[in-house]
Amino acid sequence: MNGFSGVLGQAFGLILAWDADLVAIIGLSLRVTLSAVVIACLVGLPLGAVVGAFRFPGRVLADLLLNALMGLPPVVVGLLVYLMLSASGPLGPLALLYTPTAMIVAQTILVTPIIAALTRQAIRDLDREYDEQFQSLGVGPVARVAALLWDARFSLLTVALAGFGRAVAEVGAVLIVGGNINHVTRMMTTAIALETSKGNLQLALALGVVLLALALVVNAAVMAVRGLAVRAAHA
Amino acid sequence: MRDFPAFDDPGSVQGAAPILCASGVRFHAGGSALIDGIDLTLAPGRITVVMGANGAGKSLLLRLLHGLILPDSGSVLWRGRPLDRAARAAQAMVFQRPVMLRRSVLANLRFALAVQGVRGAERTRRAVQALSRANLADLAHRPARVLSGGEQQRLALARAMAGAPELLFLDEPTASLDPASTQAIETQIRDARASGVTVVLVTHDLGQARRLGDDLVFLHAGRVAEAGPLHATLARPHSAALRAWVEGRLFLDTSCAT
Amino acid sequence: MTRRRRLLSLFASVLFATAPLGTARAEGGFILVQSTTSTQNSGLFEHILPLFQAETGIEVRVVAVGTGQAIRNAANGDGDVLFVHAKSAEEKFVAAGDGVARFDVMYNDFVIVGPASDPAGVAGMSDAAAALARIAQAGALFASRGDDSGTHKAELALWATSGVDVSAASGTWYRETGSGMGATLNVAAAIGAYALSDRATWISFGNKRDTTIAVQGDPVMFNQYGIILVNPEKHPNVKAQLGQQFVDWVLSETGQSAIASYSIDGQQLFFPNAQR
Repeated sequence: MNGFSGVLGQAFGLILAWDADLVAIIGLSLRVTLSAVVIACLVGLPLGAVVGAFRFPGRVLADLLLNALMGLPPVVVGLLVYLMLSASGPLGPLALLYTPTAMIVAQTILVTPIIAALTRQAIRDLDREYDEQFQSLGVGPVARVAALLWDARFSLLTVALAGFGRAVAEVGAVLIVGGNINHVTRMMTTAIALETSKGNLQLALALGVVLLALALVVNAAVMAVRGLAVRAAHA
Repeated sequence: MRDFPAFDDPGSVQGAAPILCASGVRFHAGGSALIDGIDLTLAPGRITVVMGANGAGKSLLLRLLHGLILPDSGSVLWRGRPLDRAARAAQAMVFQRPVMLRRSVLANLRFALAVQGVRGAERTRRAVQALSRANLADLAHRPARVLSGGEQQRLALARAMAGAPELLFLDEPTASLDPASTQAIETQIRDARASGVTVVLVTHDLGQARRLGDDLVFLHAGRVAEAGPLHATLARPHSAALRAWVEGRLFLDTSCAT
Repeated sequence: MTRRRRLLSLFASVLFATAPLGTARAEGGFILVQSTTSTQNSGLFEHILPLFQAETGIEVRVVAVGTGQAIRNAANGDGDVLFVHAKSAEEKFVAAGDGVARFDVMYNDFVIVGPASDPAGVAGMSDAAAALARIAQAGALFASRGDDSGTHKAELALWATSGVDVSAASGTWYRETGSGMGATLNVAAAIGAYALSDRATWISFGNKRDTTIAVQGDPVMFNQYGIILVNPEKHPNVKAQLGQQFVDWVLSETGQSAIASYSIDGQQLFFPNAQR
């Protein structure tokens, strides 16, 4: 260990060398994580919006459930998905275990409650402002959810980024259902775990720095898109 | 003075069927009666001004008449039938603080028209038309929420009118606006009346009431203290509350708070 | 509207670009091998698997976990071949009908590593059980895998021989990490503890600090690896033909010499001993 500057140097070297294996690992990380976030958004945004926009019996329970599910331990999710996808599990015939799809499934389960819970909060705040106007205009339930989602779109980008942050840093679940198979299911986080277990702490840290840089790039890209869109749409 | 008096205004459309009729409307909150038995009839095509001191229940009454809040007892009938979503679609309301969607000025109008089921090119045509009528055409593509307060309120009124409502509720639409904006809003209100829309206007501004109003409903302590043709009623107030109001001695209605 | 449509199409293209899943990449087909961290972390698979793939076109995907978990995964049918080092557990696996047959592949040996300061005074000993007894007596820190792995089972057998009841010492000088070999060695190096490791992982381990080999050469620290084809009659999804090809290759002269040729810093890590 040459201290932190050594780690930074090695991380920089890794990025500069742009090694094919590293590129594949980064690519898989992005593919799995972004797919999971997109699917989680497709489910979590409408779900959170419905819970946030309407009063219905059991809403407190739904709130509670979403909040609790935000704290799902990744390893537990990994085990559940493993048991479902295992050859002797109910979904065994799909042969999805140890594939990127399995990792996407696990991460989707982890991220969806986060997206839904944060969406619910953003939508509820907006709905307080819009409620009477919508009632007055006679906005129906579907149009209401759609309008709230569209008008909260900039807060929801941040929500999606929170989901991305959770997914991209996650290792427990993808390790179990992906198996960390070289060139097939090895992602940034599982590679870091592997290098740590090999005692290559500096390489592990350097990979961590690369992962951080990756998250930074994705966040910056989204925030830039958001900035442009905000300027174009509203203040 | 709780009964609705007969109008002696020659412009009155006596005999025309009322479009909205409230009877015995009560609303309680926190153990006190905020609206304490109101009977009210709105004749079509007229501007009814609702006045009263702060806390008299004006905004609450508007929400009850529009159906945003259900009364604890009593009824509000729209053309003789209970209020439902279809009834509310024939009405519109502009709130004291305009609620602007986080979209462009034009998109705000298009949204209201979409809710009314106006589709395609017709939607854009009517939105653009409403904007130019409100003198907002230049701002069509600006984000609605960066407009000035006066512009926002004009947009809110234009949006309310875009759906061609029969009845328009206005809750202190010029409360915090500069004189120029106030004048623009008043012009819009006159235009609305000219096109046959029935208007209920809550205002604190006696001058505005005199400029725009046909009829007056004066609230005190959650009840109608006095009602009738506006100019005649203001000239000869019967109730002590209205007299105090006209003379500038009544500001805060605390009678319900105790 | 065009702006919104453009945003939507951008969104869709991101989704589309990330959606296709590369599960069907191996032209010659692939098999899944449930194996242990020691074989993966030592780099053995990276050495021999490309040779196998070049010869047969079969891609081998390795899931490297503790031996206990590897055996359970294979018993669930999640794997075509089991390649681990816990002979009695492997024989049970075959006896339960989960595996076809077990074959010896190779061996290496276990070593006891510890801090250079050697607080228990065991350095240079070759009697593993006696050394462990001395560590226990001195109350010197000992980092155990504690994860039901092959190495953990071997370690417990040695403690049993030494007559020390480690379960009573759990949490005091006896620290169970519940993790893989590498993670346990990281712990040992950090707190200055003794630990039992397979030699291959130890040689390739990158974070030794001042930890060195203290005890080696005891015949009871012999570490035998076995290979088993998961039983296709019990688990119909098993790719029996491809899996059998891998088992045959590993046991063949080519496979055995491939294993023998793997070394780090001039040290051979695994010694092939398939019976042919």
